[in-house]
Amino acid sequence: MQRVMIIGATSAIAEATARVYAKRGDALALLARNQERLQSMAEDLKIRGANKVLTRVIDVNDTENHTTSLDGTIAELDGVDVVLIAHGTLPDQRACEADISLTLNEFATNATSTIALLTHLANHFEQQGKGQIAVISSVAGDRGRQSNYVYGAAKGALTIFLQGLRNRLAPKGVQVLTIKPGFVDTPMTAEFKKGLLWAQPEQIAKGIVKGIDKRKDVVYLPFFWRYIMIIIRSIPERIFKKLKL
Amino acid sequence: MRISGWGNYPVIDSSVDSPLSPTQVEHCMLAGFNGIARGMGRSYGDSSLSSHVISGLSLHHLLDFDNETGVLRCQAGVTLADILDLFVPRGWFLPVTPGTKFVSVGGAIASDVHGKNHHIDGSFCEHITELDLMLADGRIERCSATHNRELFHATCGGMGLTGIILSAGIRLKPITSSYIDEVTLKAPDLTAIIEMFEQYLSSTYSVAWIDCAARGKRMGRSLLMLGEHAIDAPLRNATPHNRSLPFNMPEHTLNRYSIKAFNSVYYHRKFFARQQRRIHYDPYFYPLDGVLHWNRLYGKKGFTQYQFVLPQESSAEGMRQVLERIVSAGRGSPLAVLKSFGRENDNFLSFPRQGLQLALDFKINDGVFEFLNDLDSIVLDHGGRLYLTKDARMSEAMFKQSYPRWQQFMDVRTRYGADKVFNSLQSKRLGI
Repeated sequence: MQRVMIIGATSAIAEATARVYAKRGDALALLARNQERLQSMAEDLKIRGANKVLTRVIDVNDTENHTTSLDGTIAELDGVDVVLIAHGTLPDQRACEADISLTLNEFATNATSTIALLTHLANHFEQQGKGQIAVISSVAGDRGRQSNYVYGAAKGALTIFLQGLRNRLAPKGVQVLTIKPGFVDTPMTAEFKKGLLWAQPEQIAKGIVKGIDKRKDVVYLPFFWRYIMIIIRSIPERIFKKLKL
Repeated sequence: MRISGWGNYPVIDSSVDSPLSPTQVEHCMLAGFNGIARGMGRSYGDSSLSSHVISGLSLHHLLDFDNETGVLRCQAGVTLADILDLFVPRGWFLPVTPGTKFVSVGGAIASDVHGKNHHIDGSFCEHITELDLMLADGRIERCSATHNRELFHATCGGMGLTGIILSAGIRLKPITSSYIDEVTLKAPDLTAIIEMFEQYLSSTYSVAWIDCAARGKRMGRSLLMLGEHAIDAPLRNATPHNRSLPFNMPEHTLNRYSIKAFNSVYYHRKFFARQQRRIHYDPYFYPLDGVLHWNRLYGKKGFTQYQFVLPQESSAEGMRQVLERIVSAGRGSPLAVLKSFGRENDNFLSFPRQGLQLALDFKINDGVFEFLNDLDSIVLDHGGRLYLTKDARMSEAMFKQSYPRWQQFMDVRTRYGADKVFNSLQSKRLGI
């Protein structure tokens, strides 16, 4: 049995991932903002086979309380083997361009808050000398594009942070996994027109658990995004800047 | 965003809310919601379409399961596929299932779906222990066949027009294996298949595929498929399928010649008059779910399914007239499903009633609506009616004549203030 802690647990991808662990009979700690949703999710996961399910309300942007929340959860879960950080928002790029504080808030939710959580968790994992940290970044962090560079910059910052963290924790036996999903059909992307490149949260969840089980460093989900992003990254900047992406 | 039913006709622009909790549904109500709830979008026509819809799919939690009684309480956005995945290995099955597992529990209740065991077990809602409904004013009302009866019978089969179904209790049925023993029998014509339905009334599952392109002496030739849960076989999950039609097929993929050829091959692939096999429940109940997005076979303009039931006493004659009309118009359907229903239930707008039902797919093209109007008059003349879940074009007059309890349904809606808040393109078309 693994002890799995999920932050941003009510997001569609996180919930689908929690169901995979529940089916295996693992113990889960769920952290998110919405108390009502957390409660019914916990009942659901128990019926699906989870050994035990704890919940805790957390506001990721309230970094002052991170230490208490994380330590409290780990104690209640009786230790932790896997952490998945999955919270995030999809900023309205146009609105951000007209509003400094909105831009900074979005950056905080998608980058700073996660970096804060990781700063504390990293020390815990380093000390215990084992365990797995998985964080949802995005293909959007691989290159800045005019259509969503606030989100892209936050995810890009997170990706670099995770690279460094992996470098630090690898010798200690702790895995750090950077997850880069492409287009996923979730409430966060409800307003988008869906095409062939879109994936369901359940598909992404399987890829996440596989990436954790196989102790990978970086996974693109679904796999073909690795090749799409190789192409996107290889376009020279003097051409790229003229594209409408 | 653009939404449509499974028939891809009609397609409309709609603003979609996806509440994560009953409280968020309440917020939608208090903010003046006007429209309809929607689940997996598997009703074929315009039942789940309106300029504003609430998607129930994020309300997808199991709430409680009683191992002794088999009663599962869950939120309305849970799909039948999800229930099967989890409970078949534990020895439980759906009491009633339609021909696709990709429907939500809320949708199954709103359509009061039926399956191959209707003649014995009735329709889906007859196995609902109770349900929680959010009313127009945001209050939650619990109802069942014994408590708040009228609200219950209006909501079951009520196409979402009484409120938002939040959660329900379903009585699952115990099984000892996930396999079905299937027997297929050949019926050379319409008279034969009607007699065979009578003869095999005690089979748990029975349904027939009918070759609606066959004419003359062969008119109504069918394959009757009977099924029983196998006793001495393993409990095993379905293997996930990944075939999918990635895009709409060209408009003429299905034409009268390809349909005729398909039907002939399908009928003759069963060489013997009686064949027996043991198959997994998944291909048995959900043969079309194996190809995701099979609706794209009908091309961009979409299709409509014409599903009607005729009362016992007039079914033989009415069915004959419908088949003659289809053959003479040269409008076959590759997958026509014939089934003998059991008794009618107490729900005001439920489709099934004792008699024979037939379901046919028709591509949307020139003349199809005029042709279906012709079929309407045959169905009406024989005292039959159409399934609201498949409908995209029935007239108000036909609806009100063939669903005599529509007025009682309206009384309940008005009493709960639902008539001013919950409506779909279909309900507006039908004048309810």
